[in-house]
Parts: sequence; structure tokens; C-alpha cells
Amino acid sequence: MSIAAMRTQGKGRHLWVQVKKHWPYYLVIAPIVIYFFIFKYIPMYGVTIAFKDYTYSRGILNSPWSVPLLKNFDRAFSSILFWRAFRNTLILSVLGLVINFPLTILYALLLDEMPGRKYKRFIQTVSYLPHFISWVVLVGIFRTIFSPTTGVVNAVIEAFGGKSIYFMADAKWFRPMVVITSLWKGIGYGSVIYIAAITGIDQEQYEAAYIDGANRFARVWHITLPNLAPIICIQLIMSTSNILEGSFDQIYNMLSGVTNSVGSIIETYVYQLGIVNTKYSLSTAINLFQNVVGMVLLVAANWIVRRINSENSLF
Amino acid sequence: MKYKSRGEKCFDAFVIVLMALLAFLFLYPFIDQFWLSFYTYENSIYSGQRLIPRMPLVLDSYKEVFKNDVFLVALGNSVFRVILGTVYTVFFTFCGGYVLSKKSLPFRNGLLVYFMFTMFFSGGLVPSFILMRNLGLFNSRLAWILPGMTSAWNMILTRNFIRTVPEALEEAAVVDGAGIWRVMFGIMLPLSMPIISVLALWSAIGHWNSWFDVLLYTRKNEQLTLALMLRRIIMENSVDLLGESMTESIPTRTPDTVKAATMMTLVIPIACVYPFLQKYFVKGIHVGSVKG
Repeated sequence: MSIAAMRTQGKGRHLWVQVKKHWPYYLVIAPIVIYFFIFKYIPMYGVTIAFKDYTYSRGILNSPWSVPLLKNFDRAFSSILFWRAFRNTLILSVLGLVINFPLTILYALLLDEMPGRKYKRFIQTVSYLPHFISWVVLVGIFRTIFSPTTGVVNAVIEAFGGKSIYFMADAKWFRPMVVITSLWKGIGYGSVIYIAAITGIDQEQYEAAYIDGANRFARVWHITLPNLAPIICIQLIMSTSNILEGSFDQIYNMLSGVTNSVGSIIETYVYQLGIVNTKYSLSTAINLFQNVVGMVLLVAANWIVRRINSENSLF
Repeated sequence: MKYKSRGEKCFDAFVIVLMALLAFLFLYPFIDQFWLSFYTYENSIYSGQRLIPRMPLVLDSYKEVFKNDVFLVALGNSVFRVILGTVYTVFFTFCGGYVLSKKSLPFRNGLLVYFMFTMFFSGGLVPSFILMRNLGLFNSRLAWILPGMTSAWNMILTRNFIRTVPEALEEAAVVDGAGIWRVMFGIMLPLSMPIISVLALWSAIGHWNSWFDVLLYTRKNEQLTLALMLRRIIMENSVDLLGESMTESIPTRTPDTVKAATMMTLVIPIACVYPFLQKYFVKGIHVGSVKG
């Protein structure tokens, strides 16, 4: 490097010089920038078909704008099937927030209270397994286990004198099954974040409390939980902002004709309309509505988190 | 906390029993299917527990599964996408995370905003579907790989990890005349193994389990993956109102033992791998902010 160049770099920190100096970095990141443009930003432009009468032969650009412009949204919002999916999505999300969310925290607390390192590790390992298995497999397993003829659950029910229930194909049982299966799949891995936070708590706090005669429940209540409060708060707000999002993989695999009325969620409805029935514009309108609501909720949630504790906000 | 009161000892016992029960609940479904996959057809129609298997145990179901051409092709496809997809994703995520970790890089915040915006908004199902069709990726195995290069979230996780590596290491290498490639792959990559392992595990398992993109973009029998093939076997005798084409699936009813054997081929590889990476899971948790 010449002395002149070094001087420029040292004194001016001129932008162009900096850019030139960093050119290998730009080269490394260029494919990623292009990838994002093609696979993320072009589909964003594609949402314009929500305002168009899109046909495949004309393409996105040449398809005519809808008259009136919000025709597809009008049609979506006046459809009973849309509101059914909307309602089902909300109900399942709220059930998840009310049941799965606190139980995951409780599970983490119990795990932390458990004596025996090796035993604890074993339980953790076992509880992570369902998280890594595809919903396709899990639903397949549940279909056998909850089967009215050969499943173990109904065998137990019958052994106690009950009547066998067709859990996987009964509209009454669909929502409980969704909650139970997602709890079973998610509670172990979901607890990782809390366990990590618990491990980070200063041990001196516990020792001081112990000397002061605080029992275990008091220690959990007055030390562990307050220390977890920020992370719980953030998790809660972030899950609340996902309230209009369903778990497509789970629901789509569990859904059948008889459970459609209580199980169809926005994601499955968007898929059915858009891909199966090829109503591209209508499906995209619903998808866009969902995405915009999700984005607004996320930004709002982040704003709230930042007010509580700016270090924990997402952006 | 050496001395425990009687109440606390009782509580310990309660927690241990409760956790043992939970562990049983987590494992039982897998044990049930594991034994079922070794059952004879006659035994499989009995209802009841399968914690203690009904003898005799046979390999018939596995033999049937592994002599099925559709299964072998699907297995090949799944292995193909796990290997190629994981290398592709981990490589580019590491590259992105490394570049974003450079605090002196001009336009770094602009890049970050450009990437992060996709976390909040996406085109959605149909626009992506149309894009793939326009790119000519229909009925191509590349449709499973290309769209998964990296994500803003994973790049930021990687960046945050790389930032915990002392800068002096990199500076010393630069003084010794190492270029960006040497720094990235000679120094940073070996030091980033914890985060790389987590990313590789996520990516590999994601590819191994994936079925929806296969359903969307590839319509030929020789382009099935294991998970989608399993879905068809499981769904074959249920009423299909969502319109997924079942015409290419096997027309006869598959016995539960064969279904179980197929499920086990999907479960066992995962069950053998993830426990070894367990200590790194915490690295996959996002701590702190994505800005800066």
C-alpha cells in the first residue's frame, strides 16, 4: 500500500476508499444479496396479484387490475370459509398461548429443580426427540396409537370400561388433539430458552436466600421467576404477535374431511384456494392480509418489548 | 443446598417420578412404532400396549420396504437433498454471518435492513409458487435446494457467534498476510463449529423431513422424498378433501407394520444424530439484539 493511500485511509476515511478496501467482503456476500432479491423480493412484488385478475398466461405484469381494486379482498372477507379459517386460527393460537406457553415454563422450572445431573440430561434428551421429527411421521404415529381398533389409548380406555373414541377423526376432539400433540412435540425444545436463562442466574442469590432460610418454593418464586421475567415477557409478546399464524405442517397432516369445520386454518385455506383450486389472486389477497396483520403485530410487539427492556428488543 | 428438609425430599421424589412419567410419554409413541415395525402381520391387529413386544419379532416389514422401488428412489432423493442442501445452506449462512460481523464494512446496516425486512414480510405461497414456475424449476430437484440458501435469522445468529471470537486472532492472521478466504475458512470456520453444527443439524433435519415443497413443485414418482411418500401411505385410506392428488400412490392398503417400518427409517437416523449436538442447542437461541 502506498503512503498516499495510507494517508487517505487514515485521514479522510473516505467512503469509496473503504468500499474498495472491503471489496472481497462484497464479493462473498453478493450471491446472498442476489438470492434474497430473487427468492424473497420478487415474490413480494408478486403480491400485486392480490389487486389483479391474475391469469397464468398473461403473467403478473400484464394481468389487468381488478375493478374495483379491492375486489379480491371484498370477496375474501365476505366468504364464510375465510372467517371460519380465521376463527379456527385464532382459537388454536389462543389455546397455545393459554396452555402450551405456561406449561413450557413450568416444565423448565421442574427440570431445573430435579436432582441428579445425568438423569436430568437423559430427560432433556428424550424430550427433544419429538421436536426433530416431521409432523408427517408424528401424525402417522398418532393415527396408530389413537386408533379406535388397534391403538393403545383406546385399549386403556376400554380396559377401564370406557367406550373407544376415534380421536383423529372426530370434530369434537380435533382441537384437544392439536393442543396435546403440539405440547408433546414442542415442550422439550421450547424449554431450552428458559433453561439457558436459568443457568445464567447468579448462584449467590440462591445461596443468600438459603442462608436467610428461604425454602425451595420461595427461591423459585422470589429468585428464579423474577430473573426469568424479561425472557418470559418477550416470548409472550412475540407469540402474541404470531396469533394469526397457524402451524401448517401440523394441521394439514391432521386434517380430514370431518374435521375441516374446526380445523381449517388460514394457511390450509390459502393452500387449498391458491394451489388446489388455482384461485391465485383470491388466495394471495388472504395471504397478504395475514402477512400485513402479522407484520403490524410484530412491530407493535417489538415496540412494547423495547419500552420494557431495550436490550431485549428484536430491532 | 446440602441439607434438605423432609418436605423438600418429598418434593424431590415427586419431581423425579413426574419427570420419569413425562419421559415415558415422550418415548412411548416411538417405542410402540419401533416394536410394531418388527411385528408379524397377525400380531399387528391386536390392540393394546406395545411396550413389551409380542413375540416373534421379524424383519418382514423392513424387507418389504427396502425392496420397494419407490421407497429406494425416495430414500435416494432424501439423502441427496440432505447432503447438498445442508452444504449449500451452511456455506452461505457462514459467509453471510462472517461478512455481517465486520463492523467497519460500509453499507453494513443497509445490508442488514435488506436481509431483515424478509423476516417481517414475505410474498406468501402463491407468488413464490409462480416464481418457481417462471424460473423453470418445476419438476426439478433444484426446486428443493435453491430456495433454502440462507435466512436473515440464521445469518444473524452466526454473526453474533462470530463476534464472540476475539478479534486479535483475526488481526494476527491478517498481519501474517492471510487473505479473506484464509481468515474465513482457516481461522473462523474451525472456531465457529458450535454454531455450524447447530445450523447443519437444523438444515439436515429440515431437508430430511420436508415434503411440502416436493408436493408443490415436483409431481413425478421418481421425485418423491421419504416424508412425502410416507404421507401418501398414511393418507391413502383417508378421505381427501384438500385435493392432493393421490392417484400416484400405492392403491392397496398398506399394513400398519410396513407403515411403522417406513416411519422408523425416518426417525432412527435423527434419533442417532441429535443427542451428540445437544450441548450446542443453546447457541441456536437468539440472545440479545439483531441490530448493531
